[in-house]
Amino acid sequence: MSTIETTAPPERAGAGAPAVAVTGLDKTFTTSDGPTQALKGIDLEVAAGEFVSLIGPSGCGKSTLLRIIADLERPTTGEVRVFGTSAPQARLDQAYGIAFQQAGLLGWRTVAANVELPLELHGVGRAARRARSTELLELVGLSDFAARFPDQLSGGMQQRVAIARALAERPRLLLMDEPFGALDEMTRERMQTELARISAETGAAVVFVTHSISEAAFLSDRVVVMSPRPGRITTTVTTGLGPVGERTDALREDPRFFEAVTAVREGLHAGSAGVAGTGGGSGGTGAAT
Amino acid sequence: MNVIARRILPPVLLGIVVLAAWQILVTALAIPQIVLPSPAAILAETLAYIPVLFSAALVTGWNALVGLVVGSLLGIGFALVAASIRVFDELTTPLVAALAVIPIVALAPVLYTMYGADVQSARQAVAGISVFVPVFLNTLRGLRQTRPVHRDLMRAYAATRWQAMRTVTLPTARPFIFTGLRIASSLSVIAALVAEYFGGPRGGLGTFITASVAGSDYARAWSYVLASIVLGLLFYLAALAVETLAVRHRPA
Ligand SMILES: Nc1ncnc2c1ncn2[C@@H]1O[C@H](COP(=O)(O)OP(=O)(O)OP(=O)(O)O)[C@@H](O)[C@H]1O
Ligand SMILES: [Mg+2]
Repeated sequence: MSTIETTAPPERAGAGAPAVAVTGLDKTFTTSDGPTQALKGIDLEVAAGEFVSLIGPSGCGKSTLLRIIADLERPTTGEVRVFGTSAPQARLDQAYGIAFQQAGLLGWRTVAANVELPLELHGVGRAARRARSTELLELVGLSDFAARFPDQLSGGMQQRVAIARALAERPRLLLMDEPFGALDEMTRERMQTELARISAETGAAVVFVTHSISEAAFLSDRVVVMSPRPGRITTTVTTGLGPVGERTDALREDPRFFEAVTAVREGLHAGSAGVAGTGGGSGGTGAAT
Repeated sequence: MNVIARRILPPVLLGIVVLAAWQILVTALAIPQIVLPSPAAILAETLAYIPVLFSAALVTGWNALVGLVVGSLLGIGFALVAASIRVFDELTTPLVAALAVIPIVALAPVLYTMYGADVQSARQAVAGISVFVPVFLNTLRGLRQTRPVHRDLMRAYAATRWQAMRTVTLPTARPFIFTGLRIASSLSVIAALVAEYFGGPRGGLGTFITASVAGSDYARAWSYVLASIVLGLLFYLAALAVETLAVRHRPA
């Protein structure tokens, strides 16, 4: 039994590896009017359990980077490892949960059935599925809506269902692309507080795309600031606001929070100042998320 | 019950008003039978010939039903293949578009010579081809409505092709498929009926309409027309009922 020393059990193979490790990543899209370089020379590491936000002007490649980590898009060059395995393998292993800007619920399924969708696809039995969706809907505060259909819910509620769905398989990595983009400021702040709690409770690493400086500062351990054409990482701001799980609404009035917000803002402005001709609102296809 | 009250009652009431106006007009102006028989005359003829009408409707209805079922299955099947295999799609869609502009009943005489003039298969084939076109086109359109976010989700879940088809693509296409079937249901009756105008075995509503007109028996011709309307309506309502049942759990 000498192999015990050298070979870790398969389920713990990635235990010591970072949740996400991106090295030397380039991404060029070939479109009908020539190639678009969306990402250039991206290096990014997200530790297990760490909350990292990606922020930057429209079209700087945040969604593209997230989609590449999720293996919904292939890198042109460079390497992506998720918990020590390749991105395609991590997708097949269901190493991550994902939530998009659009909730993307299936309108013909009840709220509970939507949350259970990934479990159903992966062969989890009916009783176990029901138990898990009950638990998750409680977590996102929608227990009373399990039997409703998505179009009977408000946008914020739909988004919470989508987050519950992303958590269904207890992923160690959560990928979120502007999940609160369509919400009003009040709901948004409440969702942020909830997400901070949920991410701490589940211990999952989170890669979180956002346009909001305060959202990034409030939620993150680190904020990665990107700039466009070609998309690259200009600065990384460590917020230093303590464990994400202990962040409550009181933090929003804390001077340390304002410091973090200022640091991120300065990082953003420094990034865009370095790029000549970055006019407001002309950032690529703003609708691409 | 509510559906019946809301969707069926108004047209029925309108029909009664029109019939009353028709009757009054024909009697008041003393219009001859050859030009326009009165509803009462048609009704009398209809009641007298109910068994014949019924058996004729059965013949035409059966042809339409066979065409509807076979044509719809082929339409949905081909659309599924076209949606998943690109080359097949590029080959077939222009052909089907061309098929859509051909008046398919015009094929009936050709098909009679192919199948032999004494079998119903030619009529069933005509109904089947007429049905195939709208079912294929609507289904294919529906299969293309899958939202990108749903496609991404299926890929993120590493769902198999079949799982993605079953959980996302088909449910998204469902309303489109039913629209196709609803159009096809009345089309199948029209096609089966009109195909009878071009010869072939006797016994269906279409052959009796032409025969009655040839024999100057206008009230009887009208009673066959009436039976055809009822038959078409039955097909349409059946399709509507199936659709209502199938999409009941799906909010609009
Ligand atoms: N599928 C695609 N085909 C071609 N170009 C694309 C594609 N997806 C993204 N791009 C391009 O890549 C660049 C980055 O797009 P991306 O969607 O990642 O930006 P983003 O930072 O998420 O922007 P936003 O904040 O507006 O969501 C843009 O210039 C966009 O035009
Ligand atoms: Mg985006």
